Amino acid sequence: MALELFTVGEPIADTKAPTDVPIGERWSERRFRAKLVNPANRRKLTVIVVGTGLAGGAAAATLGEAGYKVKSFWYQDSPRRAHSVAAQGGINAAKNYRNDGDSVHRLFYDTVKGGDFRARENNVHRLAEVSTAIIDQCVAQGVPFAREYGGLLDNRSFGGTQVSRTFYARGQTGQQLLYGAYQALERQMAAGTVEQHARTEMLDLIVVDGKARGIVARNLITGEISTHFADAVVLATGGYSNVFYLSTNAKGSNATAIWRAHKRGALFANPCYTQIHPTCIPVHGEYQSKLTLMSESLRNDGRVWVPKERGDTRDPRQIPEAERDYYLERIYPSFGNLVPRDIASRQAKNVCDEGRGVGPNGLGVYLDFAEAIERLGRPAIEAKYGNLFDMYAQITGEDPYEVPMRIYPAVHYTMGGLWVDYDLQSTIPGLFVIGEANFSDHGANRLGASALMQGLADGYFVLPNTINDYLASGPFDKVDDSNPAAIEALEGVRAQTERLLSINGNRTTASFHRELGRLMFDLCGMERSEESLRKALDRIPEIRQEFWTNVRVPGEAGRFNQSLEHAGRVADFIELAELMCVDALHRNESCGGHFRAESQTPDGEALRDDENFAYVAAWEWTPEGVPPVLHKEDLEFEYVHLAQRSYK
Amino acid sequence: MNLKLRVWRQRSAAEKGQMVTYEVTDVSPDMSFLEMLDVLNEQLILNGEDPVSFDHDCREGICGSCGVMINGRAHGNGLFDSHPQTATCQLHMRSFKDGDTIDVEPWRATAFPLIKDLAVDRSALDRIIQAGGYISAPTGTAPEAHSILVAKKDSDAAFDAATCIGCGACVAACPNASSMLFTSAKVVHLGLMPQGQPERNDRVVNMIHQQDLEGFGGCTNIGECSVSCPKGISMENISRLNHDLLGALRAGARPKS
Repeated sequence: MALELFTVGEPIADTKAPTDVPIGERWSERRFRAKLVNPANRRKLTVIVVGTGLAGGAAAATLGEAGYKVKSFWYQDSPRRAHSVAAQGGINAAKNYRNDGDSVHRLFYDTVKGGDFRARENNVHRLAEVSTAIIDQCVAQGVPFAREYGGLLDNRSFGGTQVSRTFYARGQTGQQLLYGAYQALERQMAAGTVEQHARTEMLDLIVVDGKARGIVARNLITGEISTHFADAVVLATGGYSNVFYLSTNAKGSNATAIWRAHKRGALFANPCYTQIHPTCIPVHGEYQSKLTLMSESLRNDGRVWVPKERGDTRDPRQIPEAERDYYLERIYPSFGNLVPRDIASRQAKNVCDEGRGVGPNGLGVYLDFAEAIERLGRPAIEAKYGNLFDMYAQITGEDPYEVPMRIYPAVHYTMGGLWVDYDLQSTIPGLFVIGEANFSDHGANRLGASALMQGLADGYFVLPNTINDYLASGPFDKVDDSNPAAIEALEGVRAQTERLLSINGNRTTASFHRELGRLMFDLCGMERSEESLRKALDRIPEIRQEFWTNVRVPGEAGRFNQSLEHAGRVADFIELAELMCVDALHRNESCGGHFRAESQTPDGEALRDDENFAYVAAWEWTPEGVPPVLHKEDLEFEYVHLAQRSYK
Repeated sequence: MNLKLRVWRQRSAAEKGQMVTYEVTDVSPDMSFLEMLDVLNEQLILNGEDPVSFDHDCREGICGSCGVMINGRAHGNGLFDSHPQTATCQLHMRSFKDGDTIDVEPWRATAFPLIKDLAVDRSALDRIIQAGGYISAPTGTAPEAHSILVAKKDSDAAFDAATCIGCGACVAACPNASSMLFTSAKVVHLGLMPQGQPERNDRVVNMIHQQDLEGFGGCTNIGECSVSCPKGISMENISRLNHDLLGALRAGARPKS
């Protein structure tokens, strides 16, 4: 099957981590061996940072403080709106404040295992090491973390771990961490070290003599397309879950910056790794634009069930106990309703596929608190989950104290992204990629409370240390608008803009996005098979063809034009979707969020194939009609031994 | 249900705007207000008309991008007894009745110049933060987190203020277009914590000074801000800010510029 879909190229390796010393010394050794830039020379060097979420905001602020000239770009009106703001649960750190046996090594171990052995040990260990400094930094900035009465920081526990290492600020941890980074960034803007480009979208990467030297960007208010140059470019543009149209991501979250960098030569790693979150409010209509997550903590007391009989449309309160199937408790007696996200999601899909799903379109399962309310009393449930119950009631118009909640899985986070080495540098020298936009730390499955940790680790501590080594290799030749690479990139963006506006077909960009999203969710979602993926790969080129001949993008290029912005992003999602399906098809094993129907244990659990697939799949862009090239980076597990996950 | 919308249309700040009436049919009560606008826009595009521009992003009530005046109220807050304070993206159409006429307008304030239709420029709020809405803590210099003790009640109160999402509803709702609730939320958040003490006096005078430079109006304690706030930021913050400001001026703090 491989031949027509892709070709295999040279293997790829991450050579920056000093593997000649033990894993606990590699990060400090790397910092020591890396070249430095002296403070007087830093002000002669410019760095572009695209995105102002946890990773990008933290990186831009830190590089500005360090003395570099920084140019910061974001598409929203304010850096405070980056989607990191919406993260709820918390951030992990190996502080061992609970005296429960936590350590850097244990956080490292949990994360490698949680990633289903598809992450790099070196990166994950560094993440665990740096985690403690993140908490110190955020506290110093005034982030109002939850506190004990004695004034010390409070912690809670999260999925996939047996210790309490999660720091939180009520249900708005991401918001408070982002505001910390945003305030640090605004401080640098006031100090003049960071130049601001609000409502500006990166549309291409400028590569000169093989090095990333700038970007082409569109000012979303005036429509002006312009070039911006630097000595290095950092992409911190988040994940690409919106390829599924309906996801928990913000509407504007997109893949354009990383996708266009990919088309300029940066390899794209593990695109098929998608995390699906099991407790989301189900879809309720064609018009729906967005999915809303309910906290995973609800599964501590809520019991998940569906009717035993298919097509049973009775009011759930009228269905007697004997006619209910508490399927998670039945299949996983020891973990019950608290199985990990990928497993809970897939079983929900299975019962819905059997025709036993509940709600208007049969895509939902009950999350029932009746038993907990009877056992603990309504006031106790109100105290524990009240805000979530209110939110549910507000969105659905149903009272979850009276009727069981309905939930369904939703796409939440993408672990794939641009390939980077230990320095977080992509395969294009001078192009660095941080946070969710890269592929590096989560493997095939992201644990709870670990994405905020990675964003801030990359932004505050990792990139500001590793980028020096590259910048020290300067001075770099001056590049300006007269450079052929800059002219070509600028003209390319202009031409695409004109082309989108001139098609004037019969379908809106949103209708294409919805169609693509549904196809991806059905065929490359929670469960993929060779058959479903081939079906998707037949259909996606047709959607692309129709898009470029029948889309209608109203308005003009030289104005605020939200339809035009969306059209460019949808065009990129269509191409990325194809690569996701190729990647999912080639990976003939199941791991974490990637479940191939053909690769399961006799009792239906994900079955890895470490013999053949313990590698990162890094894809090289090829022009339309030429199959992409697969470069493999072998993963070695020196400190955490490969083992099958079990939750029975 | 079927609704009549009267939407403010204005191609740019330089051109004149006007209310334009549209009919939207088959609106589901489960739609959010922004999803209803999406449906209108799909309709407009297919009819060859210009869709309505509006800001939005997370659609979970947390990013602060969205916000329009609905029947004269910021985010529609205060119009529905049954409906708690919320951002426009979390307002659902079941709050309206079949046949309703709904006026939809942008935030109105000199300090928020109009971009197009319902989208305005709120960067003035970022400049207020730039004037001092932070704690100077360069990366990597922080002491061990447990070396700073914060009383739980202070931390909780700081959090209550810190939840401000910077949407600008307070400004839009205020007859004076004052940003006092926004500014006070940040001043109080940082001022309640030990980490925020060294810069406390400078922070309040510089932020208030910048607020004036941006063209926001003065606060006369009308209280519309707090009623319209999707996060329920309390007016008590304004009292605390005034207290801080007085203390800072007495201590000799003066704005930087």
